Amino acid sequence: MADPETGGRDLRLEHVSKRFGSFVAVDDLSLTIPSGSFFALLGPSGCGKTTTLRMVAGLEEPTDGTILIGDDDVTHARPYKRPVNTVFQSYALFPHLDIFENVAFGLRRRGSKKVTAEVEAALELVELGGMAKRKPAQLSGGQQQRVALARAIVNRPAVLLLDEPLGALDLKLRRQMQIELKRIQIEVGLTFVHVTHDQEEAMTMADTIAVMNSGRIEQMGGPTELYESPTTTFVANFLGQSNLIRATVSGSDGDDLVLEVHGQKVALPSALRNGGESDLHIGVRPEKIQLVPEGAAVEGARRNVLPGGVVSDASFTGVSTQYLVRMPWGQELMVFAQNLGTGGLLRRGTTVDLHWDPAHTFALDGRLDVNAGVDRTEGVASVPVG
Amino acid sequence: MSAAQGIGIGERQTLEDPQHDRGSTAPSQPGRRRLTPYLLLLPGMAWLTIFFIVPLVTLLSTSTQTRPDGAEIGVYTQTWRFANYTDTLDEYLTVFGRSFFYALIATVLALAISYPLAYAIAFKSGRWRNLLLVLVVAPFFVSFLLRTIAWKQILADQAWVADALRTVHLLGPDGRIINTAPAVVIGITYNFLPFMILPIYASLERVDPRLMEAAGDLYASALTTLRKVTIPLSLPGVVAGTLLTFIPAAGDYINSALLGNRDTTMVGNVIDSRFLRVVDYPTAAVLSVSLMLSILLLVAIYIRRSGTEELV
Ligand SMILES: Nc1ncnc2c1ncn2[C@@H]1O[C@H](COP(=O)(O)OP(=O)(O)O)[C@@H](O)[C@H]1O
Ligand SMILES: [Mg+2]
Repeated sequence: MADPETGGRDLRLEHVSKRFGSFVAVDDLSLTIPSGSFFALLGPSGCGKTTTLRMVAGLEEPTDGTILIGDDDVTHARPYKRPVNTVFQSYALFPHLDIFENVAFGLRRRGSKKVTAEVEAALELVELGGMAKRKPAQLSGGQQQRVALARAIVNRPAVLLLDEPLGALDLKLRRQMQIELKRIQIEVGLTFVHVTHDQEEAMTMADTIAVMNSGRIEQMGGPTELYESPTTTFVANFLGQSNLIRATVSGSDGDDLVLEVHGQKVALPSALRNGGESDLHIGVRPEKIQLVPEGAAVEGARRNVLPGGVVSDASFTGVSTQYLVRMPWGQELMVFAQNLGTGGLLRRGTTVDLHWDPAHTFALDGRLDVNAGVDRTEGVASVPVG
Repeated sequence: MSAAQGIGIGERQTLEDPQHDRGSTAPSQPGRRRLTPYLLLLPGMAWLTIFFIVPLVTLLSTSTQTRPDGAEIGVYTQTWRFANYTDTLDEYLTVFGRSFFYALIATVLALAISYPLAYAIAFKSGRWRNLLLVLVVAPFFVSFLLRTIAWKQILADQAWVADALRTVHLLGPDGRIINTAPAVVIGITYNFLPFMILPIYASLERVDPRLMEAAGDLYASALTTLRKVTIPLSLPGVVAGTLLTFIPAAGDYINSALLGNRDTTMVGNVIDSRFLRVVDYPTAAVLSVSLMLSILLLVAIYIRRSGTEELV
């Protein structure tokens, strides 16, 4: 279904900035979004995601920089002259037009000859075949969302912009639509630029994610790359959860750096160090840590060990148990133990050792703020145990 | 529609309550509850009856009266002479036509002036918006009559408007504006302008600017956006504004009396002179009733055609 005319046109932003008065909403942003990819712009509310999209759509003029689609410089082109369509956060469906005419709007403006066929195909694609004659107000939020999508996709834009398109839907519908959106994107082969503040949404859908913070891109890469080797504390904390522990480089041993972590020696493969000199934060994801009763042996060739933790909280969530472990230096670390059905729960107050594979460590510059990107009152339904 | 449904639901609940919950404890309670809405309606109904129904019936009855032979001036008796209608309409058909024609032209002119103005106030005025709105309403602080007399001065033969038009030969050497049909139409247009601007402004102001952005995003130029999105969405205001202008304009007589001549007579002028000067009540009543019915008819057709029944 991919349109050869719009294929092969990358979206490029070069040193794009946007200032409102003295406030910098987007700060010297450069990125290339390859044609046909599902690209997510992820960041907390107010970090400049919408402003970035609006500049690409032509609804906001960049203060500095250049925006290119393929080889065309569209920085100052009027919105209606750009091969770009937007799925707005508020949907912005035309209330006076029925669903058919809403979807046909862009086609009619460009004088398409096959309006009926194309609109019907687009409505079929979003599974709203029978709704053509209804008015937007007669549809549910989820259906309106699909209409907004069909209305944009039907034009086969070189770039489709989606501004938190699922933000207004409830959780269940949102998960369902995430899968739908991904399916549709693969089916039509268009470039999707998807803005969201939901890291899980970005991770499930996107090929490439750019993590944005205060108008800048912190890191860009595939979901696995961002998760396994974040380069800043912001990314480490914003995508999933991280245990960040202070460490200093004390030497090296072959391919490893030897670190000192509150009196313990810890190995770090040199390649996993992302910046920093002798002061580092080392990070380990909670699910990568294995908890064992004090002194118990653990299988596996190379392990890092931090002994002397005390379980201060344990919550059973079904799939896993989430532990909070207080370390001798006072920091609380988080550990997720998968519910494999072997071994019992560790009760609160148990003294434990923390083990992990050195390859599962990442290391960041020790000068970064440990709490950057931590929010967030994201509670998981759980039953306290112990 | 939704408001009506809301009321319906509310009523059902209050009616069911006593039956299910309180049963036989207070038999008089439901009855009194049912009566309350009607009691509340009473003042309004009385007002309508005294000031609308009674005069209307009187008017209708006067329209078929005749003057008995040899009776004094102003004395009429009911003879159910429906030929009053055909006689009168025969005589004043051109006046009717002229009234509606002037009203139509004035409405179109007022719309042409008001829409861009309301649009500018709603979307382009920034912090001047409130000041501009006050200026739109400001003429109301001066009496209708005085404002029309002012136009008499502005359009007078010696005033600069006529002078300027004569200089550029848009007006002959002896040409004049005052006491002509255009002067009457100008006067009507001016006087009813706020009635056009305000409803259009109110409905434009409610148009979500994000919809205009969406139209631009979907390849509509500024002009196409106006045509396909903004105007359709502001149609309720346009319909309300044209009605509020056309209806009083068709019945107006002050503009014709002050700015016109004998050949610009409108229905209002005839009714005025028949009632108050000639004391020919039946003819005046026939004209009033006919004016009312024809406006009702035109309005009904108009509202149907513009497809906005739910708004009125
Ligand atoms: N038109 C504007 N005028 C002034 N400030 C604005 C305007 N639009 C956005 N901003 C500011 O720019 C910042 C980024 O906004 P936005 O791009 O909407 O963030 P996001 O979509 O990531 O939540 C916010 O702090 C917001 O207040
Ligand atoms: Mg936003």
